[in-house]
Amino acid sequence: MSNQELYSEIDVNVNVAKELGLTEAEYEKILEVLGRVPTYTELGVYSVMWSEHCSYKNSILQLKTLPRSGKNLLVEAGEENAGLIDIGDGYGIAFKIESHNHPSAIEPFQGAATGVGGILRDIFSMGARPIAALNSLRFGKLDDERTKYLLRGVVKGISHYGNCFGVPTVGGEIYFDNSYKGNPLVNAMAVGIVEVGKTASAAAKGVGNPVFIFGSSTGRDGIHGASLLASREFDEHTEDMRPTVQVGDPFEEKKLLEATLEMIDQGLIVSVQDMGAAGISCSTSEMSATNGLGMDVELDDIPLRETDMSAYEIMLSESQERMLAVIEKGREQEAIDIAAKWDITMKKVAVVTDQNRINLNYKGKKVAALDAHSLVLGGGAPVYVREASEPKYMQETRNFNLDSLKTDLTQTEILYKLLTDPTIASKRWVYEQYDSQVRTNTVNIKGDAAVLRLKEIPGKGIAMKTDCNSTHVYLNPYKGGMGAVCESARNVACVGARPVAITNCLNFGNPYDPEVYFQFSEAIKGMGDACRRLETPVTGGNVSFHNETKTSAINPTPTIGMLGLIDDLTKVMSSEFKNEGDDIYLLGSDRKEIGGSQYLKTIFDKVVGDAPDIDIDEEANLIDAILELIGEGVINSAHDTSEGGITVCLAEKAMSSDGLGCQVNIDGDNASLFGESHSRIIISASPEQATRISEIAVEYNLGLLKMGTVIEDDFIINDSINEPVEKLLAAYESALPNIMNK
Amino acid sequence: MKFGVVVFPGSNCDHDALYATSKNVAAESVEIWHKDTNIPSDVSCVILPGGFSFGDYLRCGSIASFSPIMKEVINFANKGGYVIGICNGFQILTESGLLPGTLLRNESLNFVCKDVYLKVENNNNIFTKDLKKDSVLRIPVAHGEGNYYADDNTIEKLENNNQIVFRYSDVNGEITKESNPNGAINNIAGICNEKGNVLGMMPHPERYSDEILGCNDGVGIFNSILKNINN
Repeated sequence: MSNQELYSEIDVNVNVAKELGLTEAEYEKILEVLGRVPTYTELGVYSVMWSEHCSYKNSILQLKTLPRSGKNLLVEAGEENAGLIDIGDGYGIAFKIESHNHPSAIEPFQGAATGVGGILRDIFSMGARPIAALNSLRFGKLDDERTKYLLRGVVKGISHYGNCFGVPTVGGEIYFDNSYKGNPLVNAMAVGIVEVGKTASAAAKGVGNPVFIFGSSTGRDGIHGASLLASREFDEHTEDMRPTVQVGDPFEEKKLLEATLEMIDQGLIVSVQDMGAAGISCSTSEMSATNGLGMDVELDDIPLRETDMSAYEIMLSESQERMLAVIEKGREQEAIDIAAKWDITMKKVAVVTDQNRINLNYKGKKVAALDAHSLVLGGGAPVYVREASEPKYMQETRNFNLDSLKTDLTQTEILYKLLTDPTIASKRWVYEQYDSQVRTNTVNIKGDAAVLRLKEIPGKGIAMKTDCNSTHVYLNPYKGGMGAVCESARNVACVGARPVAITNCLNFGNPYDPEVYFQFSEAIKGMGDACRRLETPVTGGNVSFHNETKTSAINPTPTIGMLGLIDDLTKVMSSEFKNEGDDIYLLGSDRKEIGGSQYLKTIFDKVVGDAPDIDIDEEANLIDAILELIGEGVINSAHDTSEGGITVCLAEKAMSSDGLGCQVNIDGDNASLFGESHSRIIISASPEQATRISEIAVEYNLGLLKMGTVIEDDFIINDSINEPVEKLLAAYESALPNIMNK
Repeated sequence: MKFGVVVFPGSNCDHDALYATSKNVAAESVEIWHKDTNIPSDVSCVILPGGFSFGDYLRCGSIASFSPIMKEVINFANKGGYVIGICNGFQILTESGLLPGTLLRNESLNFVCKDVYLKVENNNNIFTKDLKKDSVLRIPVAHGEGNYYADDNTIEKLENNNQIVFRYSDVNGEITKESNPNGAINNIAGICNEKGNVLGMMPHPERYSDEILGCNDGVGIFNSILKNINN
């Protein structure tokens, strides 16, 4: 094709390319691939497809080192819109986590809402019906109005979208740390169920098949959301990017869900992909590239919200609630009828070709002729290895003399400070705004992981949890990455579920900074080692770089979304004390590791020391042991120790129980009481189970410490803490409302 | 005995109502599409389920009240047919005039999802006939607009005619301000019409109709309907 035949609304040169976020070298590469100067529309498509957000250009080589296959995986990581796990009995679970950090930082309500919408579409474009949502959130400290505004907006956005759509929001976590000030993290996870064999694929098939767009019309919202907003740091121009944030419509999404599943069920859909980042550019090129096909697209046929949109704008729009589907030729009318039933607009906009080319026509002119393969990850998109060097701060934090930190506070005072720190305090103010029960599968959301029954497989269930202690990752990216996997696996095991697979959302600063790249590559190594040993492969997820403001990068935050399977729902375990007189044990060992603890942060405002050690074999044994204890019905409660250590863990077990507390005698130094060593679970059981519990501890080579007894009403540790549980609970529950309702 | 669950675009508790009435209760249950213009003749109780019909746009329940099926639901109710509106269904019932009053935004201005206690104020209708008067049920709410409001005359009439079916209470059945999740007048959680054949309630009995979910206090309502319609 000669250049004359193609129409460009603006003359393209290297400066235009740079304005769109491409580097000079990348522009040279485009010239080389095309053998000519691209049109403005083509350049726009390259700029979004080769953006960090879509191309994973600085992360893909690292991601490939993660274990990405396993016996339960029905699709390999990155192959489809979400991961898919075989759970037996003819069903699969699709699940994925994704970030929407940058939009949420400048428009929290819509940013978070569309984050939820995007991940839900990833699930139902696989043919799976969403049955649960989770979210992992990070904010600065709640001591300024802007941060409160962000928290309020993000929670409202998640609540608005998820509740209206009709998916229960069943879990997640929130941390407050000033590294996230101005750059909050909003990671949304969704989980769906599908009959094996009824899944939909994103890969286009069948030359001559018509391609339809359905759902919302295409507007100017979200243009360059992926490339110029999500692939850059925050600076004084960020506020001007507000128009790049999309606006969500959960009602349209709910109709889209029902229509999509109905079309898949009727066998009308050959392949389908949602329009997320990079909009129509991404869906047309990714769907085509997989099987080496192409599409001839008539942009005039795309329903638009505004009449005077250019081809460039249409291709880059990130308007929400849109799907692109290849429909079985000859069955178009059936699909159109289903869309009409749900009051959804559906129009034929393209045809599948065997040309490996995306041809775009608009207003009688050809505006693009692109090689689909050259655009996509795994095809022609650039791949980089960046320089890595250990961050200088690690020298200081590692060598910090922790003994120099002394406090006059009593352990009771410390406990109250921890229980009222927003990171540890009750999140009721948040989770009561989410519908956690719609679809009537929610068994428990108050334990270490959320538990759902599966109506499709009576008696069976799943457990889910998101996790990442980014303070640990900051202090030691390798151990922190490993710890995030271990803790989420431990959480899932504590409710009686076998951890089976993860999805991850890797939130980091600017990858062109060698120290950030070190954090990234080390965290991946730790995560990979943990996943291999625990046999929980990575099914997919997303990378979010450029999480930094002008002053600093966020704490490295590789969030893990863990899935666990429950064979027998009647044996599900919860965390609270059950009976007065039960024995309390620490399963695992006390290593007196105070480095990186919430105690140091809350009491001294210090992030110092090393992250806690992990012996991955010990962790694997602990998970096996707790599953055996739960499976045999030996114990009455299980809760792992995390932020705030043993003391906060015990307090949480007491506060969530019905009028019960504990009397415990343990090593009394602050490192023992508040340290955050891994691989520890506090259990309670009736005294006659003592023998069996020690047998299992011996069998799995685990430490076992009898700590005390469950009593009524009071919380007693050694002779230093003696408080009514009711008083702890009042402080724990009122902390967040006191801040947010002020 | 057959339940008919109306599906509006945006209904999202329709599957839950179908499941509760066909799996947790020994009844049959069928979907009725909102564009349909008749209610199957073998349906003896219509359920307007929870959710966000038409996205709650304009006003909760207002667009749904103009769906073709609603003309039939109104006829059905006027002829004595039994209708229960849950959450968004309650909002649709007030919008379509089958029940008086309206549901305002929660006093907190936030959506709220949590367990509440309901005192059974009257069992002079088929929905609560098998429940004990003054007994207390634990049932969840999940709404942003559940703050029941009506003018003084209407409230007085509802009280005098014994049309208040459920009130938010504490675990002991005391009607307190703290136990009211949304600011509803007189802690009103559910009301019926004068004839007692149309019930609207904000809490979700279908969510607590299954022991595996931790509570089945809601199933009593469906069982009461089933038993007393058959009789």
